[in-house]
Amino acid sequence: MKPEPKVDMTVEAKLGTLEWKKAPESHISLRDSSPQAPCVAKCQDKPCAAVCPAKVYEWEAAHQKIVVNYENCIECGACRMLCPYDNIICDWPIGGMGVKYKYG
Amino acid sequence: MPNCYTIIRVKFDQWFAAQAEAAGVELFCGVTVREVIRKDGRICGIKTSDGDELEARVVLACDGANSLLAQKAGFIDELKPVEVALGAKEVIALDAKVIEDRFQLNPGEGSAMELFGSVTMGMLGYAFIYTNKDSISLGVGCRLSDYQAKGLRPSDHLELVKQHPFIKKMISGGKTLEYSSHLIPEGGYKSMPPLYADGFLVAGDAAQMTNPPYREGSNMAMTAGRLAGETVIEAKKKGDFSAATLSVYAAKLKASYVLSDMEDIKDLEEAVASVPDFLQAYPKLACDLAHLRFAADGVPKRQHLKDAIKRVRAHGLLRIAKDLWPLRKVAI
Repeated sequence: MKPEPKVDMTVEAKLGTLEWKKAPESHISLRDSSPQAPCVAKCQDKPCAAVCPAKVYEWEAAHQKIVVNYENCIECGACRMLCPYDNIICDWPIGGMGVKYKYG
Repeated sequence: MPNCYTIIRVKFDQWFAAQAEAAGVELFCGVTVREVIRKDGRICGIKTSDGDELEARVVLACDGANSLLAQKAGFIDELKPVEVALGAKEVIALDAKVIEDRFQLNPGEGSAMELFGSVTMGMLGYAFIYTNKDSISLGVGCRLSDYQAKGLRPSDHLELVKQHPFIKKMISGGKTLEYSSHLIPEGGYKSMPPLYADGFLVAGDAAQMTNPPYREGSNMAMTAGRLAGETVIEAKKKGDFSAATLSVYAAKLKASYVLSDMEDIKDLEEAVASVPDFLQAYPKLACDLAHLRFAADGVPKRQHLKDAIKRVRAHGLLRIAKDLWPLRKVAI
């Protein structure tokens, strides 16, 4: 995985401009989150972690797994297509929950 | 006379929904549609995230770029990273007066521009900037497969774009009000799902109705929505909601700008993508030529002209003609 580029406004700071109505349950899941999951065994580049514009996906090297911070999700849907192993299920949050854009 | 407008979608959508309500539409906000329900193989309603079922003679899927409804109904497969662009945008607050000065506008006027070339770092896409009343919208959008290959986060890409000397001046002193990110279906005409089926219609981003080189999409979705509405009214008069009757929708779209524009640009993205350095080489050539044109450097103009011809020839006249030929469809 490549190191993050140095930027003036980090993705975390950008997410700080947004509000969410937090859903009690995640609308995102991994088809396989076992130690044998493709994220662990096969996926070198981990595009979900590198590209997700809300940093929902993070590779935890210590625990050898992808952590899904679904609360950050800004609902673009790119992750479904980004995953080379079709391991991400991302549906919409339940009615009325999720990111609240003020401008859009 | 203005020839187009910029809008803040959250405000516009609420206004637009209110127009529909005033015309008798009943809106159910705060529920997520999970899937279609079928009876004897035929779509006859939808199921919400609360588990409620709503029956309908026609379901119109206009649930955006991520049309999970059309996917679950079996009308489209999951989109591929080459078929979509991922955009990241910021709305940046600036005084109206500052915006007018920087963009040379009279009060009430607006400006929109696109930046091609080095800003996309070789990826297929562009950066854009447009003015609102007291804010500007600055964003980038590139093919998802390009971000995937580069391992670049669009939010970080946007930060790099902000460093461009032209953009830096335009946004100087501005405060970011909101960050957002969105998928734009750009597979176009060839990636469109079937537009109609028994009791089912698809419109807008869900049906890939965008025109990236002209920055259009919302207008096409609104037109398609209206044509779908007209189709359903006609179907109701006949008391027949079969695919045969609903096919009028496709005919109406074909007769409108929506499908004719999409047909015209159907090969454009592929043509541009087939020349790997298209979005690098041609903007650079244009800049180089402009630089020569305006250079007061003591060199005789006839030498500048020779240099210019040399630069163009270096690309190969035939190659330039071949590369640029597909752009004729978007020349006006």
